[in-house]
Amino acid sequence: MIDQNAPRKGWMGLMAKAPEGRVAALLDQATQRPAFTWLRAPEVGTVMVRGRAGGTGAPFNIGEVTVTRCALTLPGGEIGHAYIQGRNKADAEAAALIDALMQTDAADALRRQVLDPLEAELTAHKAHRAARAAATKVDFFTMVRGED
Amino acid sequence: MQAERLAGGFSEPATQSSHAFRIVMEAMARPGTIRPIAGARAPAPLSVAAGTVLLTLCDGDTPVHLAGEADCEAVRAWLAFHTGAPVVGPSQAMFAVGSWQALGPLSAYATGTPDYPDRSATLIVECPDLHPAGATLTGPGIRDQAALSLPETRAFQENRALFPLGLDFIFTSGDRLAALPRSTEVR
Repeated sequence: MIDQNAPRKGWMGLMAKAPEGRVAALLDQATQRPAFTWLRAPEVGTVMVRGRAGGTGAPFNIGEVTVTRCALTLPGGEIGHAYIQGRNKADAEAAALIDALMQTDAADALRRQVLDPLEAELTAHKAHRAARAAATKVDFFTMVRGED
Repeated sequence: MQAERLAGGFSEPATQSSHAFRIVMEAMARPGTIRPIAGARAPAPLSVAAGTVLLTLCDGDTPVHLAGEADCEAVRAWLAFHTGAPVVGPSQAMFAVGSWQALGPLSAYATGTPDYPDRSATLIVECPDLHPAGATLTGPGIRDQAALSLPETRAFQENRALFPLGLDFIFTSGDRLAALPRSTEVR
């Protein structure tokens, strides 16, 4: 079965992890903000993040992450939700607006002007970190054991 | 249309829910008094009062039973969005909402255990009207006696006989509510 929500999960996850202020900045560059009404005004809370040892072991609690969430609706009836890391309410508003606009005709433009750059930045940041970590990697091997 | 379904939550959750909580608490403390309550608009067929009580008292840890007409797609979506409360059958419910006919039989609900009498259900009964006439109420929180238009009396007398176990009731109609805790005697 194909997960029909997969694309939406993708962009919501992307905006949830974006650096502070970036989503709002990209949205304002891309388009004028439409009018909207709040379904749930931005509110700050925490969610428990869980992990599994080695990815397959028993689940354990890593810790709580501060999360800001909100929900809004556009005049056309589209509902946008946002759950983002941190306590920046303006970012949550922008993320929810993008989530709602991605369900309208503006989706293609937004993907090009907001989501793709965001994804590129995130990938570059990840690669940079991975490269720095890789530089410190040490391989242990034995050259001569001196037994002869 | 979907957006309208999810609308109607508290616009200022912190203050509105504390006001609503205070009203519900006062109503429980003084059985039979009818108080106005507002703040939330639930989708039909739920009243303003029932919706506000649900938003104030329910969260992800309080299973809710939707009885009869209250169990519709709009109400389920609204409750899930605003409270995250799971919708369950009567035996696991901590709160139940619906008309008096739809909620019965009362024996289906948890009345608590002798060790934990608080592990019982609270029933939110949607009434066509509420007025201070009809059954006579006496007991804690009532100076001499009070009167309230209850849907019937027998069920509440049987509920009183279970004390300290039993169910608590909140009656809602439009934007008004009254309460009947298990400690009140009904005649």
